[in-house]
Amino acid sequence: MKHEIVEKHLGLMVVLILVVISWGGLAQIVPLFFHEATTEPVEGLRPYPPLVLEGRDIYIREGCHVCHTQMVRPLRAETERYGHYSVAGEYVYEHPFLWGSKRTGPDLARVGGRYSDEWHRAHLYNPRDVVPESNMPAYPWLFERIVTGEHTAAKMRALAKVGVPYTEEEIARAAEPFAKGDVREVDALIAYLQQLGTHLRKAQ
Amino acid sequence: MSSFWSGWVIFFTALTIGASVWLLYANRKVEVRGEEPKTGHVYDGIEEYDNPLPRWWFNLFLLSVAFSVVYLLLYPGLGNFPGLLGWNSIDQWRREVDAAEARYAPLYARYRALPVEELSADPEAMKMARRLFNNHCSQCHGADARGGYGFPNLTDDDWLYGGTPEAIETTIRRGRSGAMPAWGEILGAEGVENVAHYVLSLSGADHDPVRAAAGAPLFASYCAACHGPDGKGNPALGAPNLTDGVWLYGGSLEMVKYSIRNGRSNRMPPQEAFLDDDRIHLLVAYVWGLSRRP
Repeated sequence: MKHEIVEKHLGLMVVLILVVISWGGLAQIVPLFFHEATTEPVEGLRPYPPLVLEGRDIYIREGCHVCHTQMVRPLRAETERYGHYSVAGEYVYEHPFLWGSKRTGPDLARVGGRYSDEWHRAHLYNPRDVVPESNMPAYPWLFERIVTGEHTAAKMRALAKVGVPYTEEEIARAAEPFAKGDVREVDALIAYLQQLGTHLRKAQ
Repeated sequence: MSSFWSGWVIFFTALTIGASVWLLYANRKVEVRGEEPKTGHVYDGIEEYDNPLPRWWFNLFLLSVAFSVVYLLLYPGLGNFPGLLGWNSIDQWRREVDAAEARYAPLYARYRALPVEELSADPEAMKMARRLFNNHCSQCHGADARGGYGFPNLTDDDWLYGGTPEAIETTIRRGRSGAMPAWGEILGAEGVENVAHYVLSLSGADHDPVRAAAGAPLFASYCAACHGPDGKGNPALGAPNLTDGVWLYGGSLEMVKYSIRNGRSNRMPPQEAFLDDDRIHLLVAYVWGLSRRP
């Protein structure tokens, strides 16, 4: 096909551009939807309980993923520091993924259980109180704002639509943890952080 | 990956490469001799030559196509085909880890055989241990190991759960969980004030002797069970020694009152899942040695 023909027929050019772009996606993306490694959860992986789910949304809202990745690559330096490299089966219920792309702070894929809740509280209130050389911003408002849980059931229902196996009963009880009105945003965020990556631990 | 999807990937990859080559040749112009052709575009009397792509440029395209073919043959990329080299990133990681293990195993074996007391005097071992400490411990206990508010100082030879190598190893492996109940409602405001003055008197800090005297019997009935009748604490419970002037949450009257009124709970998470035996042994020696520096 002559270059000139494509150049002078915009409709044809649009079609050809779509073909070129979608071929890449068809080869690289589409097969993953059917690949066992990306669709089978690792052993013990459960959909996020309501408190953790709300914590995850706070993680997204505050942009934690901008400075922290959640992806341990299979490199010795990383597995020495963080633990087992990340596998696709750990992210089966993640919508959207929070892999991140830049580490201004450390990777958080396996931060769960590493520090105490009290440490996280102190660190989120003012990181310099516990790590003097830290350049992470402080998040004091997380200690004031209450998580109402009014949208939790709707969020779980939306996730169920894209394949997260929440049961009807779980969705019906979504607001329970927040009923007393004493769950602060920091509590939800810490609940989320403390379960991160706890399904695979040591580098084998 | 099922063979259907494997075939799918191979098909689209081959199709893309094939289409690129076809596009390249279909649009190729060969060198023209004689009068040079023009595109027919004229702007203000300026015309445009319709020259072929320089040869080296064309060859670069071909080279990149050849590269992609060679790459896809050598490395994984075409569906289930593992590539002629059999390379994959997990194997590479495995080799890195094995090589490191082969290199450091004799070193760790030597360190493992040394008792903590000797190991902590070995400067090479302590250099390694310091790096482990920085990665795994310093976020809470500080890079200088002096701790902070709520995080114990490891350099002062004052131990909540005991400072023997065995106790330190248990702490690192299993973590510790300490809880002091809140006494505010039981003691009342006056009682809290009096007990606080008594607690301050134990370490010889500034206090009101009258209030301290009034607090002494309250201490004996409510606090002595964990902190001991003399206030020297109990490492089995992690109850701190109140007589040594070392304070985890500050030793001012206000902070002591706060601790009594609201209680305290604190936890060190177990580190067993993050560290193997050799590294734990090194860390025990390092932490043990911190308060025994000459």
